[in-house]
Amino acid sequence: MIEVRDLSKHFGPTVAVDHLTFSVRPGLVTGFLGPNGSGKSTTMRMILGLDHPTKGGTTVNGRPYGAIRRPLHEVGALLDAKAMHGGRSAYNHLLCVAQSNGISGRRVGDCLDLVGLDAVGGKRARTYSLGMGQRLGIATALLGDPQVLMFDEPINGLDPEGILWIRTLLRSLAAQGRTVFVSSHLMSEMALTADHLIVIGRGRLIADSSTTDLIARSSQGYVHVRTPDVDGLAARLRTAGAVVDTAVDTLRVTGLDCAAVGELAALDHIILHELTPRSASLEEAFMELTRDSVDFRTDATTTIGRAS
Amino acid sequence: MTATATAASESVRAYPLRTIGLTNVVRSEWTKLRTVRSTYWTAIAAALATIGIAVLGATEYVHNFDPKNLEGFDAANFILQGLYVAQIALGALGVLTITGEYATGMIRTTLTAVPQRRVVIALKGLVYLVAMVVVGEVLSFTTFGIGQAILHAKHAGASLSDPGVMRVVVGGGLYLASVGLLAFALGTLVRRTAGALASFFGVLFLPSALIDLLPNSWRADAIKFAPANAGTQILNTHRVHDMLGPWQGLGVLTLYGSVILIGALYLLGRRDA
Repeated sequence: MIEVRDLSKHFGPTVAVDHLTFSVRPGLVTGFLGPNGSGKSTTMRMILGLDHPTKGGTTVNGRPYGAIRRPLHEVGALLDAKAMHGGRSAYNHLLCVAQSNGISGRRVGDCLDLVGLDAVGGKRARTYSLGMGQRLGIATALLGDPQVLMFDEPINGLDPEGILWIRTLLRSLAAQGRTVFVSSHLMSEMALTADHLIVIGRGRLIADSSTTDLIARSSQGYVHVRTPDVDGLAARLRTAGAVVDTAVDTLRVTGLDCAAVGELAALDHIILHELTPRSASLEEAFMELTRDSVDFRTDATTTIGRAS
Repeated sequence: MTATATAASESVRAYPLRTIGLTNVVRSEWTKLRTVRSTYWTAIAAALATIGIAVLGATEYVHNFDPKNLEGFDAANFILQGLYVAQIALGALGVLTITGEYATGMIRTTLTAVPQRRVVIALKGLVYLVAMVVVGEVLSFTTFGIGQAILHAKHAGASLSDPGVMRVVVGGGLYLASVGLLAFALGTLVRRTAGALASFFGVLFLPSALIDLLPNSWRADAIKFAPANAGTQILNTHRVHDMLGPWQGLGVLTLYGSVILIGALYLLGRRDA
């Protein structure tokens, strides 16, 4: 169980985390979702006592992180795959971390086995690929067989096989009743892995709900229409109560289904070239959700418009 | 919730030491020191420099021997000249021991495993310093033995039983450790390898270069208390006039390192890692 209460972090005038409150429960994979720079890593670093909150606090299993005796037995964390000395072998890296919490050398070997690095445990970490580095980071997190696990962007830069491996691992850790907290900026990945989602943008909480609810709520369908008489049809549909976004020769209609749009067009003798039901993709849903909270947005249309 | 919040934000504050498991941390830090190559490279470089310079110097002295040179000749000091080079290699190791963790990101793993930051970094320093004392003493005694054997041909050598010589040879190892403390302290304070190395060389060598800029009335004290000048008095068999005494001088150098380390540890607890 991880609890975050009214957590804020300011870096000078920049507010990285803004009055964040949520809890992460055991037995589930909880996704921590937000665009780059939204404060996910900073929040995780504060949970681990690496950064000091400006305001508020966090607890793991009811205690602040710094008050946990031999914390690796309770909390395992992967902050970034390269948080290790490249000149040290994987085995020695795990050994020195294990020793600091009184964990035996045999457990080090077991963890190398567990992540499939037993054959290359003697090689220096610098020679590892990104995927192998992630696996070593995960072995580090698992050393103390902790009940609470936190992974910051664990699938970044992994190949499909590696992604599948991590997804399976996260699910099995949660199935064992552990608390699993995983950050990502990829909604589609989280939809496959997480049972529960915490979405933040600009350090603020945007959503805290089960994955299925969030998807149902935010990915409502719309009707895509192509017609030579955009203005006429838009006016007609709006009087019927629909929400219409228009482009050069297309409309995006929400609030009416295909049949209703087609019938209204027929009544006014408006020609249709296309009438298609669409459902918003998860990524669209996510962008919709975080639209107002992205720090650096490039607006392709306006840029091109100005240039021409 | 306020109580929890306050406790969390002060999570780095001291926690009863017995619950941390100090021996665990020492064991872990020792593993870290012995499992990176830079430890061995810097120790080898220090050994080659110290012994090499002693052999070259002593051979040259014997080859061009002139009995007139025996007047005021400090054999122990002459043999151990290479320590001035060794201090650079071993000091660099002291800097890297801590800045290497920041550069690689290992520091986050370290501080997550042991959230009592000041304790874990202080013990890291202790492990490094004990290693420095051992390496320093072995180096100092070995080099003295070799140089002494060469100088013996012209009966110009010194014996460990001569007054002050044992102090010089033992002091050689302690001097290296004391310089190492300064390096480790600066590494902990500055955190970046380049900056820490620059400040280490600066503290060690700049004062003697800048002394001419000081008003006359300050100069004598500035010369006496400059870190390198103070620390190296231990390497003179006979006390040098107008300088600090050997142990006093080594104490002053060690004090500089300790004060910087205490400041760095204080900041360590307050800064974001």
